[in-house]
Parts: sequence; structure tokens; C-alpha cells
Amino acid sequence: MELDLRADLPVVARRQRNSRRRKRLAPYALLLPGWLWLVAFFVVPTFVMLSLSLQTGSLEEGYRQTFNWSTYSDALTTYRPQLTRSLVYALIVTGIALVVSYPMAYWIAFHGGHRKSSFLLLLLLPFFVSFVIRTLSWQFLLSDDGIVLGPLKRAGLLTDDFHILATSAAVIGGLVYNFLPFMALPLYVALERIDPKLLEAAGDLYANRAAAFWHVVLPLSLPGVFAGVLLTFVPAAADFINAAILGGTNTTMIGTIIQSRFLTNNDYPKGAALSFILMAILLAGVFAYAKVLGTEEALDASAA
Amino acid sequence: MTPRRWTRFILPTYTGLVIAYLFVPIAVMIAFGFNATSSKRNTSWQGFTLDWYRNLFDVPDLTEALRNSLTIAALSALIATVLGTMIGMALARHRFRGKPSVDLLLFANIAAPEIALGAALLSLFITLGIPRGYGTILIAHVMFSIGYVAVTVRARLTGFDESVVEAARDLGAGPWTAFRTVTLPLIYPGILAGALLAFALSIDDYIITSFNSGQTLTFPLWVFGASRVGVPPQVNVMGTIIFAVGVLAAVANAVMLRRAANSRIVRTSA
Amino acid sequence: MDIDPALLRGLTEQRYSRRGVMRGAGIGASALTAQAFLAACGVKAKKTPAASSSSATVPSSAATSGSASASASASASASASASASSSASASATEAASSAFWQQQTLAKQLNIASWPLYIDNEEVNGKVVRPSLEAFSKETGIKVSYKEVIQDTGSFFGVQQPVFAAGKDTGYDLMVLTNGVFLSKMISLGYVIELDQSLLPNFYANADKSILNPSYDPGNRFTVPWQSGLTGIAYDPAKTKRPITSFNDLFDPAFKGKVGMFGDTLDLPNFALAGIGVDPEKSTPDDWRKAAAKLKEQRSGGLVRKYYTQDYIDPLTKGDIWLSMAWSGDVFQAKLDKPELEFVIPLEGGVLWTDNMCIPAKAKHPLDAITFMDYVYLPEVAATIAEYVNYITPVAAARDAIKAHAAKASGEDKAALEALIDSPLIFPSQEDLARTYRFRVLNPQEEKEWNSIFEPIFQS
Repeated sequence: MELDLRADLPVVARRQRNSRRRKRLAPYALLLPGWLWLVAFFVVPTFVMLSLSLQTGSLEEGYRQTFNWSTYSDALTTYRPQLTRSLVYALIVTGIALVVSYPMAYWIAFHGGHRKSSFLLLLLLPFFVSFVIRTLSWQFLLSDDGIVLGPLKRAGLLTDDFHILATSAAVIGGLVYNFLPFMALPLYVALERIDPKLLEAAGDLYANRAAAFWHVVLPLSLPGVFAGVLLTFVPAAADFINAAILGGTNTTMIGTIIQSRFLTNNDYPKGAALSFILMAILLAGVFAYAKVLGTEEALDASAA
Repeated sequence: MTPRRWTRFILPTYTGLVIAYLFVPIAVMIAFGFNATSSKRNTSWQGFTLDWYRNLFDVPDLTEALRNSLTIAALSALIATVLGTMIGMALARHRFRGKPSVDLLLFANIAAPEIALGAALLSLFITLGIPRGYGTILIAHVMFSIGYVAVTVRARLTGFDESVVEAARDLGAGPWTAFRTVTLPLIYPGILAGALLAFALSIDDYIITSFNSGQTLTFPLWVFGASRVGVPPQVNVMGTIIFAVGVLAAVANAVMLRRAANSRIVRTSA
Repeated sequence: MDIDPALLRGLTEQRYSRRGVMRGAGIGASALTAQAFLAACGVKAKKTPAASSSSATVPSSAATSGSASASASASASASASASASSSASASATEAASSAFWQQQTLAKQLNIASWPLYIDNEEVNGKVVRPSLEAFSKETGIKVSYKEVIQDTGSFFGVQQPVFAAGKDTGYDLMVLTNGVFLSKMISLGYVIELDQSLLPNFYANADKSILNPSYDPGNRFTVPWQSGLTGIAYDPAKTKRPITSFNDLFDPAFKGKVGMFGDTLDLPNFALAGIGVDPEKSTPDDWRKAAAKLKEQRSGGLVRKYYTQDYIDPLTKGDIWLSMAWSGDVFQAKLDKPELEFVIPLEGGVLWTDNMCIPAKAKHPLDAITFMDYVYLPEVAATIAEYVNYITPVAAARDAIKAHAAKASGEDKAALEALIDSPLIFPSQEDLARTYRFRVLNPQEEKEWNSIFEPIFQS
């Protein structure tokens, strides 16, 4: 593909009148600018990061390429708890988001009627407020003697030292809140595509609604589930804002570590190695998952 | 429990509750934009005021951060929409060698964690000794938006009847005229959706921006920095205004779509 | 701040009219009116390389602080020893530095990178005004762009480092950085410009002797202090139900989950070293491990709510935490919201740190920067800044200036200013200072070990 483009470019200029050839070259001409942008600022940087992760040195001495693979094993042993925690959090977040948003997406898709688009709009509107501000709002709402917990404590419903902030629950809750629409929207799109007549037929075919749902609706909504899981799990695993604002001790996620390696400690090799490990784990998971559906379909589902 | 109860009562109530939950923090933000706070920390209600609306641009660094965010979002949406639309058209309307590899590239671009995208770009800039700032933020935002735009446009183009364009060409239209008069009007909802998505992704981005911002601050970066010492109420006001504009745009869009749909129904039934 | 903006405006106006009649004879000898010192440090005032006293060690035994004649003599002996020592060991860098300074001219522009809420700052008719900067511009004609871009020295350094490495201009002429590993790195990597000591007459006349010649920058070759502060413990007596006095109070099981600690490799380790009875500056890796073990025990015991980066005041005022490691000035400001908050230097000792002004390499307007560095050592200016930021001012004579302001003020302003004069957070007593330690200076090798010992405590 790379070679084709380079070889064919001058030809485009020379023989613009040849319509057949033009037709053959048109897609490449259309692709070229965006493709170049992605190669220059996504593909190449990824390899630069790989190279950086294998270098050794320090700011004072400079960094040299030494193919030091031990950075990877060091990073993995030192930061295994944070890496595991991030993946576990993301898994829980994805599960909760799926369970919370499925019934809602189902109802909007099949019973939303003419107000369907209004409901969708309501799901999207929170995005117009920066997620940093929304997360800070939660921090305010959930503070120990704040407007939610304070009255409950005074009423004796909670013990005085009960708190939500600075716990894993707070971080997971923040992540669920921030990524819930990413799950709900693709679910809705997939469910909305199901012909309601199929539901009627399934109702006739199966003894009860649960069976009808299980055998007809759920399988047909799987592409939406896939896209939702993808759009929730990956950003949740790599997030560090929720942990920084809502977390406490023992809630540090791998994103925090990567950020501090790069931006505070100038320990580029370890930061690069950790990002590479994270990207590899997530992409491997995603691709394995995508195989079931094929990338094109998965892409469409995630975009819709 | 009858099925009717589920669809008539339980599920709608549930949906309403979930949507209300999504708006709780936003209500807090809007309310505290009207708080007559005298402290540096805008965290306890001290009475109603419109001062912060009157003195919206009193914090110079915040104003600059907001301006950066808006211009970067507009520019990156523009660039990403042009580049992404071209890719989307190529993928939807043509068969060519190397197509799977482009699919893979887009998929990886969308699926990769933001932090890895940011760290990779930073690695590039460090290695090449490129100072970070406005330009590098713009590069990064276009990079992560292209994939979303391309996929959105392609989804709209699938099923596009190629013969319409052929017909225009047969009637003597040049390729640009054919695109402008035939293709564009047909796919513009897709392009608009892609552009809006790119704008929204850019204006809200924290993670990738934090890696590539250098000294340039965007709105989310400034707010997060300020949150350590106290967020001024102007932030709430700006958030409220952006939210209000977003609501208006979305409602206008919905009304337009409904009108278009109605007129189509009228036409087909006539 | 409760200080009336009008009051501050009045003060700055007064300063213009009183130019040249600066109170206190001590200023007379070497501290000049802005106009005069500008003339003195301008290009026309050519000086011999020997006068550039870069490697001079400033005698710290000079005199008691604040006393006029003593300050003047400190300055005099500083320049004397400067010429003496530099004639003997005029290194190549020194010659280069003085050549550099002789080429500089005032650009009438100054770009400062500093921390949020770290300079006097008032809203007047809905506009943010920084009186001391305005006064500086008025007197010198130098326009100032002041950016509050530094959240912590580490990440600010991380952002700037590639720019320095590429040999480019950061866009700033003056940065305010905390002493510690990052400032030391800046110096050792050549990222800061060596100062021309002869351009700092006010500094040598008025600087408190305790801040001269610090261990992290012998002879103030590269840096001049902006403000200092103490790291100690802040607490809410209503919650703790008893006075906090000791480092060990941070380990009291009664405060389980209500303790805040700092999440950094500067304050946290040095404070803990002081806490276990070790002078950080003399500490060994064994001491580091001991301090880390103590901190780990605190974390695994569930005592620590969170490791904070500057954001501990909010939870402290809201009651999410009851006691926390804290910076003195923060607590003084927080008292305006919640007067019952207390700050103590623990019995075992606290940490005294200094934020320093330095000129980054390739800065476009170094002469404007050094002019500002010296300007803030005028007691009136130092007082104006101290009245707002509430940290320890490097100018002892600022206290008299604040006293004078208090005498003229009335009502709330008077009370606020008087609180300032008597506050041990702003003007710590000698006994207080005797209980403080300085940050450990680390070489790159030690830094690696230090980080690997202390980072796991807050990054998990």
C-alpha cells in the first residue's frame, strides 16, 4: 500500500485524462492526506516510543539506544499492582455500565416512540460540559460532610466515619458516570436496528418474554455490546483524572504512573515501556474480541 | 408482573432516573456559577449573584485557556473533517488494494488508549526536540479525530448510489462540480456529525493534551490545575454557557431533522 | 484576602511619591530608588570582570537581620570578598557570565512564570490588578507578563526540560522554583543564567541573613529567594479534639483515614526524615529506608486518606481530613475561611523551603528579570507582597513596613495587618526556625535511589 502510493503519484499528475486510471487512483488520492497525518503522528510515534522504551540514560547524561529490554520487566514488576488495578477497575466499570445502560437503551429503542431522538439528546448533552468539571462536581457532592452524606449522617443513617471519596468505589463510580453514555449509545443503535416484528414473532415462538429476549434480542444486540465495551473499557483502563480527583491511597491507576514518569520524572524509557505494555494489552484484547465480528463491522458499530 | 407494567412504568422511570443522574453534577456546576462566594474556594452557598456573569473575563489566564480551547477545537475539527471525509469516501465508494490495512489503521487509531497516543506523540516530539505548544496540541487533536470522522462519514455513505454521480458526470459535470452538487448534499449530515464529534472530542480532551501542551493551557487543563487551589466561579459560568450553546445547537439540529423527516413523509405520501 | 484593595492602591501610590525617601537608613547605602539603580545596572555602568562576584561566598555571619547598618555592611563585605576571591579564581565561566551581562540592555519587557496566588492580587472594579507589578512597571517602564503556570516544580520542569535541551527560549525571563532536586538539576544542566551580583544591591542590603548563601546555591550564584515557607502540620482542633504537637500525631490510630500527607518526593521524604529525628541534609540511604518504612506503616495502617498535591486545603476546610502535612502560607490563607484551623511545626522539626527566582537559559530579557529580582527586595515592595501571599518574606524590614501600614489602617484592615505582624507563620521566631531543616541536596545517583525508596509510598 505504501509502495503503491509513492509509485502512482506522479502518474496521477501526468495522465489525468485517462478516466479508467483515474478511477483506479482516486481512492489513493482521497486517502493520502489523512493517511499521511496518521502515519506521521500515530504510526511513526508509536515506533519512536518503542525505541525510546529501550534506551537508557538520564536527563543529565542524555539517553542512548541500548536495547535494554529489562526496562519492561522492571516496569512490570514495579507497577504490577497499578496495572492490575486499572484492568480490574475497567472491567468492573464496563460491567456496571453495561447492566445500567442496557435496560435504558432497550426501552428507548423499542418504546421511546416519537421522543426517541429527545432521549438520545439527553444522553449526549452532559458531554457539553468538560469531564474535568463534572468530576470535580462529584468530588463536591460526595465530600464526607457534604450535601449528600452530611444530612444522612446527622439523621443517624450513616456512621460518622463513613466516606465515599478516597475509596475504590468513588473512582469506579466516577468512571462509570463518565463513560456510561459511551456504552448506552452504541447499545441503543444496535437495538434500534432490530425490527419490532421480530419481537412479535419471537413472542409467538417462545413461551415467555425472557426466553424471547435471550434467544432473539440479545444476540442481535451483540454488535452494540461490542462497541460499547470497547468504548468504555479502553478509556476507563487508561484514565487517571478520576483517580486523581476522587481517589485516595491504593487507588492509583497506571495512567497516573505513565503521566508522572513522562512529565514529572523525565524517566522516558519507563514511561514509554508502560504505555507500550498498556497499549499492547488493550489492543490485543480488542483485536481478539474484534475477530468475532470483523473489524469493519466493529468499526461501524463503534461509530454509529 | 405484567409486561405492560415493565414498559409503561418500571423501565421509563428507570430511564428517567439514569438521565437525571447524568445531570446531577451539571446542576451543581450551574448553581455555583450564581454563588456569591467571597472565598477562594467556591464550595459553600453564600447567596445569589450575577457578578460572575458580569465579570466573566476577569481571570486573564482562564480567558486565554478558553480561547485556546475554542480555536483549537474549531481548527482541528475543520482539518480532521476534511481529511476524515476524504478517507471515509475512499473507503465507502472504492475497492482498492490495501483497503484492509487502512481499516486496521483507523481501527487501531480509535481503539488505542488515549494515554498511549499522547505518550507516543510526546516521544516523537522529545526525540526530535520539537517544543510543545499550540501547534502540537492541534496536531494531536487532528490525529485522534480523523478516525472518528472517517468512520462516521463512511457509515453514512454505505448504500450511496454511485450511479447518481455517474449520471452527473455524463451530463458534463466535472469531478468537483459533481461532488459539490450531488455527493456533498447527500452526505452532509454525515460530515456535520463527524465535525461535531471532532469538535466535542477536542474541546473536552485532557489526557492527550496534557502530554503535548507545553506551556499552552486549554480550558480543561486550566480547570484541573486550578482545582488544587480553588476553582473560580467564572469556570462554572463558562461551563454553563458552553453547555447552553450545546443544548441550543442540539435542539436546533433535532428540530431541523424532524422537519426534514416530516417533509419527506409528506412528499412520499403525496 | 480581606485587605481592602483601596488600601493597597493607596500604599503603592504612596511609594511613588516617597521614592528616594525610603524609610530606614539601611537602604541608603546600596539600595537606591528604582531610577537610580536602573542607571547603576544599565549598560553604561561598565564594570570590570572582577566585580562580577559569581563564585564569591557571601559572609553569612555578617550581622543581625533587619538592622540597617548591619545590612549595609553585609553588602559591603560581600562585594569586598567578591573582588578578592574572583581575582584569584576568575574562571572561564565567570568571564563568560560577565561578558554576557555587559551585552544586555533593558528590553522593557519581562515574562514571569510563577505559582497561583503567589503575588499581591486584587480585584478593582472587576479587573484583576497586581499592585506591586503595576508599581514596578510604572517606575521602570518594564511591561510585565505574569503567568501562574507552575503547579509544582517537578511537572513544570518536565514541561520545560525539552525546550532547554533543544537550546530554545522557554518564553519566560524569570521562573519561581522551589529549592530541591529540580532546581539543582536546572543549575547542573546549565538551564539557568548565572547572576551578576553587582546588579543586586537591594538584595544584599535588605535580604535576611538566613536566606543568603543557601546550601543549594552557594553564594546565590544562580538564584535569589522569592518567599520561603514551612512544611508542618495543619489541623482542625474541633475534629482532632486535642492539640497536635508531634510528627507522631500523624500516626495516631484515632485519626484513621483522616490524615493527609503530601504525594511528592520533596516534602514528604524530608518531612518524614525530620520526623524520625534525622537532619535530612545529613541523612544516609539507611535513614531514607527507615523514614520510608515509617511512612509505609502509616499507609498500611489505613491512616492516610490521600497523598495530596497542593489540594489538601479544601478537604481540610470541609472536614474530609482532620490533620495534614501543610505549607504555612496556605494555612494562613485558609484561616480566612475557617479561622479555627491551626498550624504547628512538629516538636521533631519541620522543613524550611525557599522558592527562588532564577533566569532560564536563553531568556530574551535577562536584564529586566534581574532588575525585578532586586526590586522586590525593597522593603515596601516586600511588604506589599507579604501582605497578600502570607509566606515568609526574605526581607526582614518588611515587618516594619507592615507595622506602618497597620498603624495607618483601621477596622478590619488593621486587624488583618496586625495579625500578619504577630503571625509566626509569616515572621517565624528564632526558636521556630531552630526547629526547621532544609531539603536534602541529591546528586543524580542518590536521586534515583531516593525516588525508588519514596515513590512507592504515594504512587500505589
